[in-house]
Amino acid sequence: MDALSILVAVCLAYVIVLFAVAFLAEQMAGQGRGQWLRSPLIYTLSLSIYCTGWTFYGAVGYAARSGLEFITIYLGPTLVMIGWWWGLRKLVRIGRSQRVTSIADLLASRYGKSNLLAIGVTILAVISVTPYIALQLQSITLSFSIFADAGASHGGGANPAMMPPDNSAFLVAVGLAIFAILFGTRNLDANERHHGVVTAVALEAVVKLVALLAVGIFVVWGLGGGLSETLARVDASEIGTWQVHGGRWTAITLLAAAAVVCLPRMFQVMVVENDDERHLRTAAWAFPLYLLLMSLFVVPIAVVGLDLLPDGSNPDLFVLSLPLMAGEDGLAMLAFLGGFSSATSMVIVAAMALSIMVSNHLVMPLYLSTKWGKGAMAAGDVRHVVLLVRRVSIGVIMALGYFYFDLSGDGTALAAIGLIAFAGIAQILPALVGGLFWRGATRIGALSGLSVGFALWVYTSLLPGIGPQGLIPAGIMENGLLGLAWLKPHALFGIEGMDPIVHTVLWSLLLNTAAFIAMSLLSFPSPLERLQGAQFVHVFDRSVGPRGWTGSLAQSEDLVIMAQRILGPDRAQALFQREARRQGARGNLPEPTPEFLDRLERELSGSIGTATAHAMIVQIVGGETVSVEDLMAVADESAQLLEYSTQLETKSAELTRTAAQLREANDKLTQISLQKDSFLSQVSHELRTPMTSIRAFSEILRDTERLGEEEKSRYAGIIHAEAIRLTRLLDDLLDLSVLENGQVSLNRRSASLSEVLDRAVASALAGAERPIRVDRRPREEAVEIHTDLDRLAQVFINLIGNAQKYCVSDAPRLTIRVRGMGDRLAVDFVDNGTGVPREARALVFEKFARVGGDKAGGAGLGLAICREIMDRLGGDITYLDGHQGGAFRVLLPAQQAMAAQ
Amino acid sequence: MSTRRPNIFLERETYRRRRVLDAARLLPVLGAALLALPLLWPQQGEAGALPMSLVTIYYFTVWALLILCVFIFGRTTRKWDAGAEPRPPRAAPQPGDPRGR
Amino acid sequence: MTRTVLLIEDEPNIIEAIRFLLTREGWQVETHSNGADAVETVLKFLPDLLILDLMLPGRSGLEILQDLRDHGATRSLPVLMLTARGHSRDREMAERAGVSRFMTKPFSNHEVLGAIRDLLAETHRP
Repeated sequence: MDALSILVAVCLAYVIVLFAVAFLAEQMAGQGRGQWLRSPLIYTLSLSIYCTGWTFYGAVGYAARSGLEFITIYLGPTLVMIGWWWGLRKLVRIGRSQRVTSIADLLASRYGKSNLLAIGVTILAVISVTPYIALQLQSITLSFSIFADAGASHGGGANPAMMPPDNSAFLVAVGLAIFAILFGTRNLDANERHHGVVTAVALEAVVKLVALLAVGIFVVWGLGGGLSETLARVDASEIGTWQVHGGRWTAITLLAAAAVVCLPRMFQVMVVENDDERHLRTAAWAFPLYLLLMSLFVVPIAVVGLDLLPDGSNPDLFVLSLPLMAGEDGLAMLAFLGGFSSATSMVIVAAMALSIMVSNHLVMPLYLSTKWGKGAMAAGDVRHVVLLVRRVSIGVIMALGYFYFDLSGDGTALAAIGLIAFAGIAQILPALVGGLFWRGATRIGALSGLSVGFALWVYTSLLPGIGPQGLIPAGIMENGLLGLAWLKPHALFGIEGMDPIVHTVLWSLLLNTAAFIAMSLLSFPSPLERLQGAQFVHVFDRSVGPRGWTGSLAQSEDLVIMAQRILGPDRAQALFQREARRQGARGNLPEPTPEFLDRLERELSGSIGTATAHAMIVQIVGGETVSVEDLMAVADESAQLLEYSTQLETKSAELTRTAAQLREANDKLTQISLQKDSFLSQVSHELRTPMTSIRAFSEILRDTERLGEEEKSRYAGIIHAEAIRLTRLLDDLLDLSVLENGQVSLNRRSASLSEVLDRAVASALAGAERPIRVDRRPREEAVEIHTDLDRLAQVFINLIGNAQKYCVSDAPRLTIRVRGMGDRLAVDFVDNGTGVPREARALVFEKFARVGGDKAGGAGLGLAICREIMDRLGGDITYLDGHQGGAFRVLLPAQQAMAAQ
Repeated sequence: MSTRRPNIFLERETYRRRRVLDAARLLPVLGAALLALPLLWPQQGEAGALPMSLVTIYYFTVWALLILCVFIFGRTTRKWDAGAEPRPPRAAPQPGDPRGR
Repeated sequence: MTRTVLLIEDEPNIIEAIRFLLTREGWQVETHSNGADAVETVLKFLPDLLILDLMLPGRSGLEILQDLRDHGATRSLPVLMLTARGHSRDREMAERAGVSRFMTKPFSNHEVLGAIRDLLAETHRP
């Protein structure tokens, strides 16, 4: 079994292990176990995807060619990391609080959710990173070729000739695409976190560090003859004297520093996959330490390789060829796995990060604007579309990388691509830093800067750097665009002799920043941009909790919390939901548009006053000196005050109610008292009047002499009649009192109605001075009733008596009619007199209500007593309108009438 | 004089924290300066050009020192996590959590 | 000289009793039993004395008294008011309205005659 076969087997085994680790990590994260998956250590190790295959192999080559300059690639990130407190911490806090999904998303979010900006950043990233992916494929292919050569001429040293197995790069590309698709698009997580990928990357970080350290230790102590020997060897080598290109040194340090935050894959692991911003505290020292360890043995390996390996050996592969040369196949295998790890982890994360950007900012917006997209959006299910787009994107990105690798062919040209990619991605830096620290940065500014930088980078670096000869015709390289010398790609503005990378970095970043600042100053941001700008720049003052899809929604949450405290939860939530519906938002939270803020302010001002409401909203959306917490405290206080005043209002309402009840009761009492007074004075009047006559005439009889017999008899008659009237009045009063107090006991018996009427007519008309004709219909009256017959007769007697007394007619006649009224029995008494005047009818049943007062007679209690009796019997008595004469109806309840039928 | 009018000065602990944070902000600047320093050193072709090993050792020493500083800073700030940051992240309430009630 | 006394009262028996008493004294007695046109009746007869019941059908004696006091012809007419109600308030109101004498029923004949004599004597003193 040759070395290559073993290599392929080991590779497959390693990949299987990676799959297993990623799978297990996903499982554990899914089950909520495995806190260590989110430990600072894993976080730090995942950052190591910064060290790609290019750095793993290429750093040694770099050192062999240019001495210590390779170290700038690591010093840049180190400077960024040690300044974490005021730089990365802010970036990570914003990333978490705004739930950004990529560097493109961050910029878009900062500059008022400008998808145009996101598209620009995405395109820039794809163009920069695709060659970089090709570079990784190349490093893997190269390392394969070394083993293939070693297998062909074992022990004979490495042949630098490029003879990779034809399809190895393709197979690797396919394998990596599958891995990225499997673990990068397993599901659609709101946070875009991928525990499987991150854990596998962390494992690969360990592998590559261990591999490089092992090779380094072997080289220094195994081949170099110890530390001091090796140092002497270093000084004796062709790179043995301190030599530095200041411009390149500075430019590359700057590029590396920019790359560590701007590279999509770095942003992915550092910001998007970050679980806890305190992990930065560890990563701030641990990641530079990792970088230090990764570069510790680079110079010794380069020097020893230059010493021991034959001239013409590819220094980019010293890490592999030195162990192979020494016959340490195992170590070589480990070194190969280290390089493999570096390349694969970079490719996987880069493809994943790019696919997120491509799907979120390029494809999905386009898709959603099509009619299928609108349909899917209406159905509310775009998840599977997003996942599909991500998977396809990964495939396309990998294919692009492969084709770029296939096209460029020559490996030496590829090596330069690393720095070119850095320079491209660094164009994001001005907009990013400006967005984080300068509220005045605007979308127009960011777009302008990015465009200028991108164009300059493409013209001065990318196009001349791609492929063996570059893509720019030699004529333009020599004479400039359109023959204008100041437009020569490597000598803009007539400044000749600059190193190409320094030239690119200088002009592109300088003009990028200048355009960014100038256009930001000249343009005016939209309200949303200003809101987002304040949110980003003052992220620590605001300290918005890490929730919500976007910044403005997080802000809306602050607003809703505040509004709840002031308006109460129900009203506040109703308000926000209404607003969200008005805006057509899919959630319950509306965007804090100026209109909405206006409305909210008005709503709040109803509760807390205009100035306070304005101040509170300004505090939340504008980020002044007072914190949200302070405002919350104010809001709490206001709410308490409101509650207190509401309580007072409630109490006062209760008091008012009680007072009203008391007043009502008092009115009732007064009324009762008045009624009593009025009753008593009525009784007094009714008693005194007959007594006056009695007294007057009895005194006349006593005192008057010579009174005639006729007069004596007449006056005695008056006294007698008035005494009877008095007795009757007292009887009526007692009767009424008994009836009203409910003390009456009814004596129910059965009889025919006609019998009762017979008795009543006979009784009422006995001894009547003026006869009245009574008209009856015996057939109708043949009804059995069961009631207190005496009381009913009393009512009839009263009615007949009244007719007899009050009917003013030449031929007085009383008509008595009986009829069924539904289930009741009505007995009508109608005379042919003048009846009761309309205005008196309401009072006719009241006590002492005498109609036509000049008629002496009863005390006006008769009908009152009738009504009381009929109440007791369960019936009723009413005055019948619509008759010329007096007309009364007595209603007998059902069972009393029906019993006889 | 601070003993006479102590009220205008910050509490000792807070004062120290602010100075530590100042140092942390300064650290990348200091690091950049130290790492750029060899650019001024005599190079190949100049008189007294330094040997590669010395410069390499210098870089790795400065690098390690910077890492140590950040490590110490991290350790220091970890202890005053609660108070040192301008405003510790508050517990984020659920939307719809009636906190005002 | 024959004095005229107008009696406004709705109880026939009381009218008869008072008429008997006053006629025997030599006064001329006119009677009226409705409150509604009582004022016109008084103005028509212009009696030397008015005996007025408080509770009359149509109009209360108190209102009639107030109207009479507004008329020049009857401003100083002696009025004896009778009431069967036991209210002290009635007396106050009547006095405020300018009643000359207020008596509660039932009264003794002697009392009534004495009061009438006094009132008639007062009117002729000036």
